[in-house]
Amino acid sequence: MTEETSVRLQLSIPEPEFRPGDTPDFSRVPIPQAGAVRRPPVDVNPEDIRDLAFTIIRVLDRKGEAVGPWAEDLTPDELRKGLRDMLTLRAYDARMLMAQRQGKTSFYMQHLGEEAVSCGFQPELKPGDMNFPTYRQAGLLIASGYPLVKMMCQVYSNAGDPAHGRQLPVFYSSREHGFFSISGNLATQYTQAVGWAMASAIMGDRKIAAGWIGEGATAENDFHAALVFASTYKAPVVLNIVNNQWAISTFQGIARGGSGTFAARGHGFGIPALRVDGNDYLAVRAVARWATERARANLGPTLVEYVTYRVAAHSTSDDPTAYRPKEESSAWPLGDPILRLKGHLIARGEWSEERHAQAEAEIMETVIAAQREAEAIGTLQTGRKPSPRDMFEDVYATMPPHLLRQRHEAGY
Amino acid sequence: MARMTMIEAIRSAHDLAMERDPTVVVFGQDVGFFGGVFRCTAGLQQKYGKARCFDTPISELGIVGTAIGMAAYGLKPCVEIQFADYMYPAYDQIVSEAARLRYRSAGEFTCPLVIRMPTGGGIYGAQTHSQSPEALFTHVTGLKTVVPSTPADAKGLLLSAIEDPDPVIFLEPKRLYNGPFDGHHDRPIVSWKNHDLGEVEPGYHLTPLGQAAVRRIGQALTVLAYGTMVHVALAAAEENGIDAEVIDLRTLLPLDLDTIVASVRKTGRCLVVHEATLTGGYGAELAALVQSNCFFSLEVPVQRVTGWDTPYPHAQEWDYFPGPARVGRAMKQLLET
Repeated sequence: MTEETSVRLQLSIPEPEFRPGDTPDFSRVPIPQAGAVRRPPVDVNPEDIRDLAFTIIRVLDRKGEAVGPWAEDLTPDELRKGLRDMLTLRAYDARMLMAQRQGKTSFYMQHLGEEAVSCGFQPELKPGDMNFPTYRQAGLLIASGYPLVKMMCQVYSNAGDPAHGRQLPVFYSSREHGFFSISGNLATQYTQAVGWAMASAIMGDRKIAAGWIGEGATAENDFHAALVFASTYKAPVVLNIVNNQWAISTFQGIARGGSGTFAARGHGFGIPALRVDGNDYLAVRAVARWATERARANLGPTLVEYVTYRVAAHSTSDDPTAYRPKEESSAWPLGDPILRLKGHLIARGEWSEERHAQAEAEIMETVIAAQREAEAIGTLQTGRKPSPRDMFEDVYATMPPHLLRQRHEAGY
Repeated sequence: MARMTMIEAIRSAHDLAMERDPTVVVFGQDVGFFGGVFRCTAGLQQKYGKARCFDTPISELGIVGTAIGMAAYGLKPCVEIQFADYMYPAYDQIVSEAARLRYRSAGEFTCPLVIRMPTGGGIYGAQTHSQSPEALFTHVTGLKTVVPSTPADAKGLLLSAIEDPDPVIFLEPKRLYNGPFDGHHDRPIVSWKNHDLGEVEPGYHLTPLGQAAVRRIGQALTVLAYGTMVHVALAAAEENGIDAEVIDLRTLLPLDLDTIVASVRKTGRCLVVHEATLTGGYGAELAALVQSNCFFSLEVPVQRVTGWDTPYPHAQEWDYFPGPARVGRAMKQLLET
């Protein structure tokens, strides 16, 4: 080819469909009907379910009925518990967001719209199993019954903070509740989850691990390493990707590139992959059950992509109107996870608008009572704080001489 | 007592630790069936099974990241990065995770982990088989950093590192794997088996972390060294007839400051030697500590003999490596000042 006839190369940079000022329209996003996706046996050959990485497993239909092979036999009590967990997380978010705005803490991150993912996954774990969460899975703690007061004390970095004020707000940790210490460094915990699962297998234990990552962070090297190791050693781990469409201001297409879906990345590693409606509590439960059963049966890892939408700002330091339309979250076709589960319970005759309103009020009262209790200990700026002396502890199991000298120099 | 190479001593440490503690697991690239490119894990898979000693994909971050997860579970992983030069992909896991886990979780999760990595030059390893990245670890709060210089120490320190409840970076000077090396690259190699320093206690014994060893008692000046440079410093002192006190730091962090201070207060002169590049190297920390702790005893400024501030070259190996001639010159200058 001569220079004139050859193609002049051009860099391709994916762009979201809608920017501020545009009218979002997701009618072209293919959303399969509830119940349409088959449910394979847990010992399925990954090769035979390649299509499940390109669809969306859904249980709740438009009328709020649970349909299809993924409809679990969950009792009304279990479902009401799920609804309460999600309502609690939402109320907790609302109060902590306000507390941040009031200057009671420096920072907060909400889960708005993503409540079903973590609240729906946790009940499928057993005591001893370990989540390796990101900063947006506090529902795992709430669904496991972790005390709200302790969570708030962490957010306030007061004297009641189990992490002694050392961590940024929302970076919780609870071994007892199967919630691994959150790190600010994205994706690192994904590889660690695989290692934890490998350890369980090495010791011939029965515990499994769950790794968590956002779709944006799948671009990190750790995502790749985690999948390679999980695949090589058939680690008993569920590798969860929460695709909420946005990594701060970056739309999911930037991280996804030419890959059809995030779940599809599992195929290259021989890891069975499922893609699920992340706003459908029942679908989340069902997929979590499938994947955890696989892991417990020593059948190896599963990759799960939860399709959801980050309704709130990325954090209290973010303003999403700078990069996406205000109306985008309401245009998002998978709706609100709380309203959908509420509708289902009502359709089953197990709930009502009155009971819902009452539950919302009760839950808000509980959250506010917990907040009062936490604030009675202190906030970031007031009340009882962790001791500065404590700042030097836990760097090592035993304080080495140089740290001891520095602690004395600091006056403690 | 038996004589063994540093490789055999490291293998023995693994063997004893694995025999004693079923939670000790060993893995890394080529570590399992093959027994490691330096043979440091030879025979372990055959003896303890694949679940205790196994090969990994070529992913340093995967090796360290999974090891952290295992340590959090309650195992004691002792993992290998094939060359210290290749630890960079794992650096995020080491710095942001292993080093911080205990602190950020207030002790709820801990990381009893050992990361072994062959380090140092003098082997025509050029840029990516010769680096000494210890300063990148000593700067990280939460890590312990160890560099042995003899087979006995390699064994005793590795056993201590495996027992230690905190993450330990275990840097093995690969130039010392088979025998001591004093920088005289033109002389025949002596095996540890033909050297008094090759004596190693056969059983389980610990060399405590955080304790230096005085390798040569002297009055004229203090040399602070570790790894291969201990042997270089000893040779330089002998060849130049200098009554140097040579301190083998063994553990860089936590540092045995007491031994250093006692020596410099006695000699009044201090020379720091390391293979790593000068600027921002660990020698800077040592010089600063000596200056602030021994200021009124110092007769002359603290000096450093180190690798040049260049990437590690191939053809210019012996112009780069701080050998006995350079170290000897610095010793004499220090005494003549």
